[in-house]
Amino acid sequence: MTELAVEITGLKKAFGPLEVLKGIDVRVDSGEVICIIGPSGSGKSTLLRCVNLLEEPTGGKIVVNGVELTDPDVDIDAARTRIGMVFQSFNLFAHLTVLNNLTVAQRKVLKRSQADAEEVALRNLERVGLSEKAHAMPAQLSGGQQQRVAIARALSMDPEVMLFDEPTSALDPELVGDVLGVMRQLAEEGMTMLVVTHEMQFAREVADKVLFMDGGYVVEEGLAEQVIGDPQHERTKSFLARVLNPTHQDKAD
Amino acid sequence: MALSKRQRAKAFRGVQYGLLVIAIIVIALVADWGKVQRAFFDPEVAVKLFPTIIVDSLRNTIVYSALGFVFGLALGLVLALMKLSSVAPYRWIATVYIEFFRGVPALLVFIAFGYGVPIAFQVRFDNLTTVMLALGIVAAAYMAETIRAGIQAVPKGQIEAARSLGMSSARAMITVVIPQAFRIILPPLTNELIMLTKDSSLIYVIGLAIDERELTQFGRQAMNEYRGMTPIMIAGLCYLIITLPLGHLSRRLEKRTGGRKISSSPEASGVGASA
Repeated sequence: MTELAVEITGLKKAFGPLEVLKGIDVRVDSGEVICIIGPSGSGKSTLLRCVNLLEEPTGGKIVVNGVELTDPDVDIDAARTRIGMVFQSFNLFAHLTVLNNLTVAQRKVLKRSQADAEEVALRNLERVGLSEKAHAMPAQLSGGQQQRVAIARALSMDPEVMLFDEPTSALDPELVGDVLGVMRQLAEEGMTMLVVTHEMQFAREVADKVLFMDGGYVVEEGLAEQVIGDPQHERTKSFLARVLNPTHQDKAD
Repeated sequence: MALSKRQRAKAFRGVQYGLLVIAIIVIALVADWGKVQRAFFDPEVAVKLFPTIIVDSLRNTIVYSALGFVFGLALGLVLALMKLSSVAPYRWIATVYIEFFRGVPALLVFIAFGYGVPIAFQVRFDNLTTVMLALGIVAAAYMAETIRAGIQAVPKGQIEAARSLGMSSARAMITVVIPQAFRIILPPLTNELIMLTKDSSLIYVIGLAIDERELTQFGRQAMNEYRGMTPIMIAGLCYLIITLPLGHLSRRLEKRTGGRKISSSPEASGVGASA
């Protein structure tokens, strides 16, 4: 499959005078898994948030699933239903049960019936291994469980692309594995994924391609083995040295 | 002979208690209890107030407060949304409204509404509608600010999650933000209901019929009829019948929402620790 899922050309984003993205070009084929790595402040989260227009780009063009999001007349709500997003802080709806978290957008946005929505929701809860938590409130779940519910919520909209914004950064270390396991399974099922992450092991094993970002540019991109195993640029090398070998430095990120 | 700090504190507290006891004894000896009772609580007068004070006045006070609260809440929600709108004229209108009706005495608004509006706009509402509108118009100004604060207290991530699932901003507001905002502001809203209940004592200025009188108006007229403060005292007790349970409810809600925050803190602190 070499159908183009995401095409970003010349993307620029500035917050006031602060230029965060200075011209980014990324192409993601359907079914590909791309990991975006880089130091904090490098613009990687902003890049991801531009892909579903949570951040309005100040320049450039973004096409997702054949829809140009940067067209001022685009129906952004419709486009977003086909782009799933998972946040660092989970952002489950705190006033709704797990099941309702998964059904509310299906019913209100996709206009599915209650029964259809619940069927889809339960199927996706099972996918992330949390069927028994359907009637729990988010606050009753551990961070890892909340994040898996958040993944199931995004999947319930049947998206064609999934965006992950540091999905394991807010988790206790022993809970990270469950979430990464779900993401790996998703990748194996052929989901197109853009993942901002600090989990180098995951990037190495799961990603088809790795982008290293710094200072608002994509500094280096290529196969995971290449970028992480044999980085060419000086900045990539020093970043990876700090991340992979944190005890030799005082601070990795 | 130096006293230790602890001994001095103890002696000082002893003096306070002593003064308090002396004051109570003096009042008890000086006051003519027979006169006090006749002035403030005359059982014969008290009996004559029933059942009208309950079936008419207390009921009317509750009905007026409830109607005013519901209308005020609806209008307050609209004003809060206007105040948060990206459309500048909406924000101006809401700001002017809130500042005006918060800044002038409720009594003046009620007079203006009771007499000015019918003349100016050639409309004549029945008294119940007038009461609802007058009370609600004032209450909305206070509630708008409370609701706005509640909406802003809902974490931004909730809106982002809703939008990323394809909800429009209006849909996200209705399904995700407002339900959570109201949970947050339930305690202050209960307080506003208490204030509104007491403000309903001013509504007599619009001119009410005998069976439309609320507690204060009833108490004042009964006071003229029977001489003495007893009707006012009984009316006051009737207000407490409404407001004490509401205050209790408010504190319980506050505890409950506080408890929820504590119960959700493990993952919240997890976020803080790793961020």
